[in-house]
Amino acid sequence: MSAIKDVEVKEGVDQETVDAVSKLSGTYKYGWNTEIEMDYAPKGVNTDIVRLISGKNNEPEWMTEWRLEAFARWEKIEEPTWAMVSYPDIDFQDIYYYARPKSMEEKPKSLDEVDPKLLATYEKLGIPLKEQMILAGVEGAENMPAEGRKVAVDAVFDSVSVGTTFQKELEKAGVIFCSISEAIEKHPELVKKYLGTVVPPSDNFYATLNSAVFSDGSFVYVPPGVRCPMELSTYFRINAENTGQFERTLIIADKGSYVSYLEGCTAPKRDTAQLHAAVVEIIIEEDAEVKYSTVQNWYPGDENGVGGIYNFVTKRADCRGDRAKIMWTQVETGSAVTWKYPSCILRGDDSQGEFYSIAIANNMQQADTGTKMVHLGKNTKSRIVSKGISAGKAQNTYRGLVSMHPKAKDSRNYTQCDSLLIGDKCGAHTVPYIEVKNNSSRVEHEATTSKVDDEQLFYCRARGMDEEEAVALVVNGFCKEVLQALPMEFAMEAQALVAISLEGSVG
Amino acid sequence: MALAKLKSDATEARLVGVTLPEGAAWSNAARADALARVRQMGLPTKRDEYWKYTNPSELTAAEAPKAAVFDAGEVPLFDAVDRLKIVFVDGVFDTDASDELTGEGVEIERLADAMAADIHWAKELYGVLETRGQTPVERPLAALNTALATDGVVIRATGKVAKPIHLVYLHKDETSDAVLHNLVKVETGAEVTLLENGPAAARFSGCLEVEVADGGSFHHVRAQGRDHERRTVTHCFARVGAESSFKSFTLTVNGVMTRNECVLEIIGDDAIAHVAGVCVGDGNDFHHDDTVFITHDALNGESRQVFKKVLRNGATGVFQGKILVKEGAQKTDGYQISQSLLLDDDAQFLAKPELEIYADDVACSHGSTSGAIDETALFYLRSRGVPQYDARNLLTLSFMAEALDEIADPSLAEELRDRLEGWLARRS
Repeated sequence: MSAIKDVEVKEGVDQETVDAVSKLSGTYKYGWNTEIEMDYAPKGVNTDIVRLISGKNNEPEWMTEWRLEAFARWEKIEEPTWAMVSYPDIDFQDIYYYARPKSMEEKPKSLDEVDPKLLATYEKLGIPLKEQMILAGVEGAENMPAEGRKVAVDAVFDSVSVGTTFQKELEKAGVIFCSISEAIEKHPELVKKYLGTVVPPSDNFYATLNSAVFSDGSFVYVPPGVRCPMELSTYFRINAENTGQFERTLIIADKGSYVSYLEGCTAPKRDTAQLHAAVVEIIIEEDAEVKYSTVQNWYPGDENGVGGIYNFVTKRADCRGDRAKIMWTQVETGSAVTWKYPSCILRGDDSQGEFYSIAIANNMQQADTGTKMVHLGKNTKSRIVSKGISAGKAQNTYRGLVSMHPKAKDSRNYTQCDSLLIGDKCGAHTVPYIEVKNNSSRVEHEATTSKVDDEQLFYCRARGMDEEEAVALVVNGFCKEVLQALPMEFAMEAQALVAISLEGSVG
Repeated sequence: MALAKLKSDATEARLVGVTLPEGAAWSNAARADALARVRQMGLPTKRDEYWKYTNPSELTAAEAPKAAVFDAGEVPLFDAVDRLKIVFVDGVFDTDASDELTGEGVEIERLADAMAADIHWAKELYGVLETRGQTPVERPLAALNTALATDGVVIRATGKVAKPIHLVYLHKDETSDAVLHNLVKVETGAEVTLLENGPAAARFSGCLEVEVADGGSFHHVRAQGRDHERRTVTHCFARVGAESSFKSFTLTVNGVMTRNECVLEIIGDDAIAHVAGVCVGDGNDFHHDDTVFITHDALNGESRQVFKKVLRNGATGVFQGKILVKEGAQKTDGYQISQSLLLDDDAQFLAKPELEIYADDVACSHGSTSGAIDETALFYLRSRGVPQYDARNLLTLSFMAEALDEIADPSLAEELRDRLEGWLARRS
């Protein structure tokens, strides 16, 4: 049944890590909890909490002011209701906005000083915080050049970053990769220049809340002309109960640079829903390129819709310079409710935006996700490939915007969004907005909805596969376009994820 | 809350001095209910999601904006068709210009007469489909029409109706503000063709409610007049039964503002519902909006939405289309295409082609494209000796062909094609 067990594991691969990866093939495998002593800020949010979070991160006054302004704005605005999702009202005063492992009170100076319990947590998740060379279970990885095998990891545990690997090596290349709290301390000029310029604090309800209370996240700066020598990644773990995670990621790719960034996330099984409201801002200057990949595997709640993460995320990339390029790839399998639209502002002439997404919703999950492609510059190009899969009683919505401004002459967009329904109790929806304001641009949108092709299933079954395997295979074929866009590190994990979420949904 | 207050104030401003036409008790109740719906929903503003791309202020203003009367100086549309002609001038039935309201296989009456009768089949239809059509999306202008409609016809097809019924809407007064409401009931196995054309008035609100019983067939071809300054809002609400067929085509030329809403509900198995439209617009003032909502609530239904817009010189085209497949509506085949051809750089196309699907064994697809004339095709034609102007027009006509093909009667399609050629010729 498990596709992973058949994958050849090469010698030298950490067995624990392999086990962690193979756990993917069951039900939700990341649902365990790390018993660890935590420091909490009092429940609820108010200006004191905002100051407290700012204080915990030793932030300068301008940062505290920035947060307080956002908070004042947030108090005046209302939660958006336009998405095709429904969930009980969130009591924003019944959430912990700051939770930190006690051992993190003094920031560890190196990974060796990090609490072993925390290290073990990430190890168990399959993300060992070692500066290891070879990726878990990825066939052929050892044949790659040494440069390509490394992945630097920033590990975020509840409200704080517990460690970042390969920082020294990255420094040599001039790349800054650290937690955002560290960046505010050490590189305030960069943070001040770029923070909030892509997603302003006034952007939307959750982004505004995030601006006020974000506790940590990752910061990346790639200097001009530098090709980041390894993949960068952040792994988000929510562990504490009744705690919201509000992380902020800021990525700056200066002129002519390149970076590939991966993001993963999981949480323990809990009976109460938890809020995750992140903001990701990416600035891409002239001729630079950023690849941003996400495997989102937050706890989805149980089959009756109890518990799970509310994933309300604002992600946006601004292609400021000419020929800048952004590629979003996302595999969304987790979360009880997802509300997420990674967007591209194609400001520079000849800039490009791509969005590849697979969203899988099973049981009582609800996903409302898509992208915005805002074409402002001449000869800009965008491509959207979105695959939505619904099973059980889940609802899956693609919502997107393609906007061609009058000055975006000779621009192109191609959108393809397909939905697959497994079972007759789920729903698949498509809500695209298309706005074309010049005639030299070409916009094409296609969408289809279908069920798993009986003929294809029959073909697979006739060759001895059981029904579940066959469905997984057909769905994999359907998703291939997206999976191929994922960096190699994710490809195997993503394929396994596709199979998991569909388990039990046939018949 | 302040917003809700503004909305209700604007609604009340529109309703000042409004009196509802009087009729039989049931019709008075239907109108009063409709007025209550208008008050409850409030008239639309451009801040409403459903009016995101079209500003409704001229449609909701207390007074209709003036519109100069336009004489095209050409043979009226469908003049050569053997039909039963019913004429309205600025929204008022014109007895002298109309044929006698009798025909084979059909009963026709003026709306006012039907609404005055104590017992009438119209009671089961008037405002009934409109009310159903208010969920999940509110359409307050349709409710306003139900409340205020002063004239119109009610048509009951009991067999195969020999001649098409042709409603001619003339515009003669530059301040006219017409509200017409028509009902069509197609009985089991019956067939009828309805033709409509003309600008109707300086500002026109038209509402059509159509019930197609099992095995019935309704064919609708409409042309919205060439008056340059007219404002029009129309609503078509239809409910179609098993093995029935509903086909509607609309050609829109000129006008300042046109919003055509079509709300279809397939409630019987194996039914077909097609809605199509072509619009050609020229100039900054031209704004055309097709808003379609098709609900599949039965097995094996087929629906098509085919909309083509040719826009130039600052014209704006809007398409908001939706296919809703309810739980259990298996084997649904839904198709939706909206395309615009932007003849120059100022024109714009705004689209929201939606799908909402709750059944797994269905095939639904939608496509939307926008762009200029294909230069390669143009080059191909020119290289074969077709002059630039002819080649452009040829490609423009071929772009509209898929929608025109939705007209079942080839002679009607041909007549509309000729009019489109005329429109293109005048702009070369």
